[in-house]
This record gives sequence, C-alpha cells and structure tokens, in this order.
Amino acid sequence: MLRIDGLRVNYGGIEAVKNISFQVPERQIVTLIGANGAGKSTTLRTIAGLVRPAEGRIHLQAEDITGMSPDKIVSKGITLVPEGRRVFPDLTVLENLRIGAYLRKDSLEDDLNWVYSLFPRLKERSWQSAGTLSGGEQQMLAVGRALMSRPKLMMMDEPSLGLAPLVVKDIFAIIKRINQQGVTILLIEQNANMALHIADTAYVLETGRLTLSGTGKELLSNEAVKKAYLG
Amino acid sequence: MQKKKNHGKTFAGLVAIVCFLAVVLVLDQIIQPTDSMAMLLKVLQKASVYALAAVSLNLLTGFTGLFSLGHAGFMLIGAYTYAIFTIEPLQRDVVYQYYDAAIRVSFPQMLAQHLGGLGTVLGVILAILLAGAVAALLGWLIGLPVLRLKSDYLAIATLGFAEVIRAVFQWGKLGPVTNGSNPLKSFVRINSFKLTLGGTTLSLSTFVPVLLAVVCIAVIVLLINSSYGRAFKAIRENEIAAEAMGINLARHKMLAFCTSSFFAGVAGAGMAMVLGIAQANNFKSAMTYEILLMVVLGGIGSVTGSVIGATLFIAASEWWLRGLDSGTFLGINAPDIFRNGFRLVVFSIVIMIVVLFFRRGIMGDKELPDLFRRRKKTPSKAKGGQSHG
Repeated sequence: MLRIDGLRVNYGGIEAVKNISFQVPERQIVTLIGANGAGKSTTLRTIAGLVRPAEGRIHLQAEDITGMSPDKIVSKGITLVPEGRRVFPDLTVLENLRIGAYLRKDSLEDDLNWVYSLFPRLKERSWQSAGTLSGGEQQMLAVGRALMSRPKLMMMDEPSLGLAPLVVKDIFAIIKRINQQGVTILLIEQNANMALHIADTAYVLETGRLTLSGTGKELLSNEAVKKAYLG
Repeated sequence: MQKKKNHGKTFAGLVAIVCFLAVVLVLDQIIQPTDSMAMLLKVLQKASVYALAAVSLNLLTGFTGLFSLGHAGFMLIGAYTYAIFTIEPLQRDVVYQYYDAAIRVSFPQMLAQHLGGLGTVLGVILAILLAGAVAALLGWLIGLPVLRLKSDYLAIATLGFAEVIRAVFQWGKLGPVTNGSNPLKSFVRINSFKLTLGGTTLSLSTFVPVLLAVVCIAVIVLLINSSYGRAFKAIRENEIAAEAMGINLARHKMLAFCTSSFFAGVAGAGMAMVLGIAQANNFKSAMTYEILLMVVLGGIGSVTGSVIGATLFIAASEWWLRGLDSGTFLGINAPDIFRNGFRLVVFSIVIMIVVLFFRRGIMGDKELPDLFRRRKKTPSKAKGGQSHG
C-alpha cells in the first residue's frame, strides 16, 4: 500500500534518515523500532508531508505523494497521530474530533459513533476540554481524532510514551481492533516488546538505516534484537 | 437535541441584540446634546467602534494565536479610504487646501444623483466596504512576508509595518491623495445620519455606529463558529497537530489576518465617522496598545469579553473618570490633586488591579451566554466527575 524507496531526509542540519526503503502492505500492522534518534519520527513526519525529503520517493498505492503538502496527504488517506499526543487542550473533546475531520465535507455522524464505540470514555467526556483528560484518555482522543479523517493508513508516533503500563496495554489492544476493522497501521515505538507482539511486519532502524526486518515474531526471537531492545 | 438547544440560544441572543438596538435608537431620540447624559451617547458611539476593533484583534490574537500589533495601521487605512470617498465634492478643495486633490469621487453624492436618499446610504455602505477591502488587501500584502514569523517576532514586524503605513500617509508627496499630514474633514459623519418619517426626524447618530459594530461582530462570530473558526483555534492550540490534521497553516493564517484587517479597516471608517476627522497622527501604536488592553481586560478568546472590555475602557476613560482631570470627582472638590493628567494615573492603577485579580480577563475565554448555561450544568457535571474519579 505504501512504498518508500531510497528515502533520505536532512533534519536540523544532519542526515537523519539515510537511504531507507520499506513497504507497508495493506491491512497490516507494520512497526519501525529503534533507539532515540534513529530517525523513526523523521520518517513518519516525512511521509505525512511535514518534512520534505532530500531524496527518494514515497508511493501510496500507485500514486507518487513525495513532497505533497500535509493537507493533500491527509486527503489521500494518510493520517498521523503525533508524538506526545498533542490534543488541542482548550477545545472540547468533540471539537477535537471535529477538527480531525476538517478536510471532509460529508456527514460526521457515523464516524463519531464509530470513534465513540472504540472509546466509550470519549463519549462520556465529549463536552470536557481535552486538557482536563488523563494521559491515556488524551492518547485515545489523539487516535480518535486521527480516525475522524477516515484514513486508509494511520501512522502512530510513540503511542505508549508517558503512559502507565496498563494503559499502554489498552491502547495496543485498540490499535489491533482498529487494524482488524480495515485500517493499515504504521507504528513507531521505543517499547519494542509491545510493538513486536502486535506487528505483522517489523523493521529495525539504527542511526538512519534499516538494519533488520522480518515478522514481529521473528524479530522477537532474534538474538540481536533481544539484546538491544528487549533487555 | 444539541442542535435544538443551539437554535434556542441563537434566538435568545438575537432577541437580546434587537432589544439593545431598539434601546439605543430610543436613547438617540430622547437624549439631547445638552443633557448631562449626553456623555452616554458619546461613549456608546466610541465604544462601538473600539469594540469592533477589539473583536477583530481578538480574532487574530485570541482565536488564531497570532500576536499582531499592526491594528492601528489597518484602522488608519480604513479611516482614510472612507474619508476620501465620502468628502463632499464642494468642500474637497477646501479640505485639500495645499494640494490638488487627485481622487474626486464621492460615493454618497454620486449615487444620490441617481437614487436619491437611498443612494446616500448605499454610498456610505460602499465606502465602508471599500475601507475594509483596502485594509484587507494591504493585510494580504503585509501578511505574505510577515506571517512566516512566530509570536513576538510577528508582533514586532506588524508594529513596524503599522508605523510605516502611518509615515507613508503623512508623506507630503502623497498629499494629493492623503492630504499629507493635514486632517481630512467634511466627509459624511454620524451627525448627518437622520431618518425623516412623515414629518418627524429621527436622529441616528448613535444608532448607526452601534449597528455597524453589531453587524460586523455578528459576521466575525459566525466565522469563529464555522469550521474555519475551529481550524483557527486548532492553530492557536498546537500548530504541529493542526498541520497533521490537514489544516493548511499558511492559508488559514492568511485568512484570519485578512479578515482581521478587513474589520480593522471598517472600524477605522467608523472611527472617522464618529470623530468627524481622519488624521494619520491619531493612529499611533498607542491606539493598538489601547485596543490590545481592551482585549486582555475582556479576556483573550472571548468576543463578548472584548465588547465589555472596550465599553468599560471607553466609559471609564471618557466619562466616569473625567472628573479626576477637572477638579471634582465623586463630589470631592480638590482642584490641586484632580487636575490634568491625574485621570491617567488613577486609570493605570485601576487597570493594574483588574489585571491582578482577573488574570485571564473579565470573561476568560467564556462568552456571556456561557455564564447562564454553566450554572445549570454544574450539578450534572459534578456527578459525572464523581463516578470516574
């Protein structure tokens, strides 16, 4: 579904991503794992159009989307749940969700109900301002907000960041459910254990290069991965 | 169900506004210029213009998160555009006494020739719209380079541009258009707004500026409540997330900036109408600070807050605290203390107190109707909190 070829990205004066190529097959959960500064976030931000690549091509299905503006890319069906949640704190939960569907002109009723069925907690809090939610609820809102654009591909940047282990478990269970309902997922994580457990395909990114790939299970049992990321 | 509730709220708001306009219209008739209450009308006229300016600045600062200090510049453009296109043709050469006036079009007279009284009204409306349009156009031009800047840098750049605008309008070489540093006069002002109905003449000198402000603020409120308004708020809250949601930052910032400039231009036209004079020297950056103060006092991100802030500010500085300058205040006669300038001292202290005790302004980011709604909702909210806490 998504194909990255020879992507190079310069970010803040350094080459953060050095010639990586990978694919995200339709309806799969694909994860990129790696340490801090490996270039994971930069990769996602480049796909989302927030950063321009120095070289390489990004294809969504057959279409070349390299260098398109973020709003065009969202309307093509790719959405990003940014790192650290970044909900709009002074707006209500419902307003946050509405902004997620900003580029759509059709009725939102069905999608709101879908998001509310995935996250019943958000429905209870729909009139509360997002800044008053707990960390886990804010992450749910960030995911719900992304889903409101009715994406084909949802990219998630460190959804487990700063959340309690139990909440992280919930979030991953929901990611799995969303995937089962037909949304392809590209996930980047430092919490390699959780990510590899739900991933169909996984890649290891080290200082801007892809060093390993395989199914989630394969990488879980890989000695090098175990040593470096699973402790 | 929510929709129905909103309709009810909108209806109640409309009724309140119509009642307010009716009261203003009545006050306009019963208060004579010699009355002791004549100050009330003056305050209403000036406050409505400032309220519009404050709301349009709030659209930028409070709702889109763009900290701009160029408001006086856009108001200047509006005031001049309005004045130039409504000067009485016979008076034009008197007004431009040192220059040969280049623009000799006067919309009200031009249209009155064809349409009579209605033409005058249309001409004034046309001049007001043109005032806004020219300001918006300039806003667009300035916005192209300036909107790439963030926070304080944007404020400094817009402040600079506003001063440049003022300097250009005072420039002698442009005298045939702007009358150099001399004021523009003899254009259509609020005193000329009258309605003759079967022998009785109604004075509209307060009603018109208030109506102008009400209509413009209503348009701004509609914009804020539309999906564009939601996008503005998203940009204010978090630019990165807004961009990731597919909101085109450059386009929406420009839209907010131009809309704000447009209504600043209209407010400038209103200012010219109320003062009866348009002079570049009046539109110094101090005016922007005054308007910013109204926004902050009223509450950043609250439209009703800006209106309240502007009204209180104008009422206090023009009316309630006047006595501090002229010898007698609250019945105390102390000409040695209450003399010129003392008003500003007291005024500054009042503002400091307000800012200290209302950190987020009088209204915070709430609107006036929210205050009524909140009281009813509080018990149910508390219950919801308990079951999860």
